Amino acid sequence: MGNGTSIGRVRGLGSSHEGAHHWLLQRFTAVGNLLLVLWFVASLIMLPDLGFASVSDYLAKPVPATAMVLLIISTFWHARLGLQVLAEDYVHDAGNKFALLLLLNLAAIGGGAFGIFCIVRLALGGAL
Amino acid sequence: MAQRPLSPHLQIWKWGPHMLVSILHRVTGDGMALAGLGILLWWLGALASGPEAYASFAGWVWPDLGALEWSGAAIIASLVKILLKLVLIGLSWAFFSHMCSGLRHFVLDIGAGYELDTNKFWSVASPVIGIVLTAGFWALLLLK
Ligand code: HEM
Ligand code: HEM
Repeated sequence: MGNGTSIGRVRGLGSSHEGAHHWLLQRFTAVGNLLLVLWFVASLIMLPDLGFASVSDYLAKPVPATAMVLLIISTFWHARLGLQVLAEDYVHDAGNKFALLLLLNLAAIGGGAFGIFCIVRLALGGAL
Repeated sequence: MAQRPLSPHLQIWKWGPHMLVSILHRVTGDGMALAGLGILLWWLGALASGPEAYASFAGWVWPDLGALEWSGAAIIASLVKILLKLVLIGLSWAFFSHMCSGLRHFVLDIGAGYELDTNKFWSVASPVIGIVLTAGFWALLLLK
């Protein structure tokens, strides 16, 4: 490829075919968030109280535990995509942006894994 | 970053409701991503660690304001607890507000809602509905 201006280098190549994928995933996970966080909000309202016994009994049941695991996956994925856009918009130095995206992936995957592990431990009776 | 003049942005445009929902969507989304997911993990970690850990978590994020201590080093802890309670209320608002502006995004994504008056109407309505839903949520939660 020539080394002309930025626009000269990309002209005629078409789109990178990556933005649409990110955009769609942001929507898919948004629909997941809509369903799962509303379920979570309704659960908070409908539980008799938010003390340890009520909450841990509830979250240990198969369906709520599954919904909570899905909530972790959907929100962490959605947040990972959203924070990437934030970094791309405001961090202009290529090196800093790379480091930040690296950190973001580690935090999103690490945080999500921790959340899922806690739910599994609760569901399998490890906290009692 | 290329050293060339940038187009004038925030400094020069007259604020309208559309810019407000746009930036609110970003602020609420990033706020939930950075603070909300952290507190969610704290909550799940406390639940998975047992009743004492859960009681400690609850004491930090949902303190009984009348029982806070105001002497010596406890002052700092008390201030942090009040801050966390405000953060939790703020996060509930962030969710409902982001949900409304997110649903507005879905409408705009299919190409609808761009007529000037319709667009302006929903730019105002989204954050207002978000506040109403937040108030309704707390009413249901605290008055049950
Ligand atoms: C009711 C559920 C939700 C819906 C319908 C929704 C919808 C959306 C949509 C459509 C976008 C893309 C906006 C754009 O392309 O500019 C977005 C961005 C974002 N969302 Fe959500 N979302 C929801 C819940 C959440 C939650 C629970 C979090 C936090 C964990 C979150 C964090 C974010 C972030 C950080 C962004 C990026 C903001 C930006 O680029 O300006 N969202 N959301
Ligand atoms: C104070 C006023 C403004 C605020 C607070 C604001 C805020 C934002 C935010 C948060 C985003 C990212 C979220 C999104 O993509 O929806 C954005 C994107 C954008 N804004 Fe603004 N904006 C303002 C005024 C303007 C004006 C006057 C223009 C054009 C003359 C403009 C052009 C754009 C463009 C082209 C994008 C990128 C959209 C995309 O690629 O998805 N903005 N703005």
